[in-house]
Amino acid sequence: MPLLNKHDRRPEHREARIVGFLCNWCSYGGADTAGVGRYSQPSDLRIIRVPCSGRVNPLFILKALLNGADGVLVSGCHPRDCHYAEGNFYARRRLEAVKRFLPTLGIDPRRFEYSWVSAAEGGRWQKVVTEFTAQIHSLGPSPLMADAPEFDFLKECGI
Amino acid sequence: MALREQLKKMILEVLPGVDCVIGWGAGYDALHAAPLFMRAPEDVERFLSGPLGAFGAVQNPALFLPELAGKKIGLVVKGCDSRSVVQLAAENLIKREEVVIIGFPCEGVIDLHKLRNKLAAHFVVNEPGGVTAVNLAGDHLALTAGGQEYTFKRDEIMADKCPRCREPNAVISDCFAGIERRADNIADDYEDIAALERMSLEDRFRFWEQEMSRCVRCYACRNACPLCVCRDHCAGASRDPHWLTQADSTRDKFMFQLIHTLHLAGRCTGCGECQRACPLGIPVLLLKRSLGRAVEEMFDYRAGLDTEAKPPLLTFRVEERKIKEREW
Repeated sequence: MPLLNKHDRRPEHREARIVGFLCNWCSYGGADTAGVGRYSQPSDLRIIRVPCSGRVNPLFILKALLNGADGVLVSGCHPRDCHYAEGNFYARRRLEAVKRFLPTLGIDPRRFEYSWVSAAEGGRWQKVVTEFTAQIHSLGPSPLMADAPEFDFLKECGI
Repeated sequence: MALREQLKKMILEVLPGVDCVIGWGAGYDALHAAPLFMRAPEDVERFLSGPLGAFGAVQNPALFLPELAGKKIGLVVKGCDSRSVVQLAAENLIKREEVVIIGFPCEGVIDLHKLRNKLAAHFVVNEPGGVTAVNLAGDHLALTAGGQEYTFKRDEIMADKCPRCREPNAVISDCFAGIERRADNIADDYEDIAALERMSLEDRFRFWEQEMSRCVRCYACRNACPLCVCRDHCAGASRDPHWLTQADSTRDKFMFQLIHTLHLAGRCTGCGECQRACPLGIPVLLLKRSLGRAVEEMFDYRAGLDTEAKPPLLTFRVEERKIKEREW
């Protein structure tokens, strides 16, 4: 995948806006490992570090998608490896529920993914980020909800 | 004995042992019922006194329970209302022993939005004095409005939740009036959501854009929801975090519905009070039912059936049976 330049205005070269919620103990470390290992990665992902994937309120995902994010990625420790023992087990249930809920809203469920990446898995992180970014690029920019046209009182009254 | 007489007899029996019994009384016109708080035997005369009887008993009286914690309350419930009571008890928001539940076999309730839409071509139903006489006889409802008579079939003005209702009888009750209605062969096929999902993703998004643009942010949906118990601590009103702006934007209105829906994940019993209370008739129940369907598919769980059940999103399995994760 070619490196994208955010100043490039051509749609196919446009940088996507992807929000990543990464668990401090695993995926954030994994992203760091990928960086230290000098793996090349697309630069569309904006990382938000959270203490645990269980900290991710599903509303974060919906709020981001409604407010112009093209994709959202949540990544935490592998199940059974949670730093807080069971945070990602709860997260898994919530995140899966949100993923199944998205089609009703008219949002493509492929705009949201969750993954498990440990701090040692720099290579895996590179794969997740590259695949997800490619997926978002194929989907294009996310739809935006427009406001209703302003109510024109005079016009409604026929004046 | 007619259902109303049986229920009145039971209320009179329950009344001495409780602070009040909540049911339905007459509203501002013949079509509308209003919650009725019966404290003395003479109040019971007003119970279901409207011409629609139990068909007009649209409100969910479980709404009042969390605020009345500590008092002993009698409650007359339809099947859907009883599920809200069960869910409140399962979440320890009320104490089961503080509530005396009087159940009855529900035959469905009226959807005033539907009726209003059918009559909209003729006049404004909501105006006081608009509807002057109502008569429910057998399967037909006759009403007089603006000096003219209209007749409707009972089925065409019944709420959508009723034909697919799997629990027409109260799921828990201390006393039960009448004979339980059989509902073994009734299934919920989620046809309303399937119909939405036959539209393209883009069309669905525009559908919500269109519907939510009509929202006036009165929050009647929240106030009518028996499981919205945060009251003064609603996330929709919080400044920190500032989930919603004060701007009149469709996006914020939609976000509010999403907050409501996600806070009801695995809790919503589908009583439909949000949609009924909406003055603009926005189909907000669709959102809750969609998430409810996801929870039912994943965890074989429906809220409000068992006071001992553990809500699925407050627990987990190390190996989830029905969650197939993506292989990266």
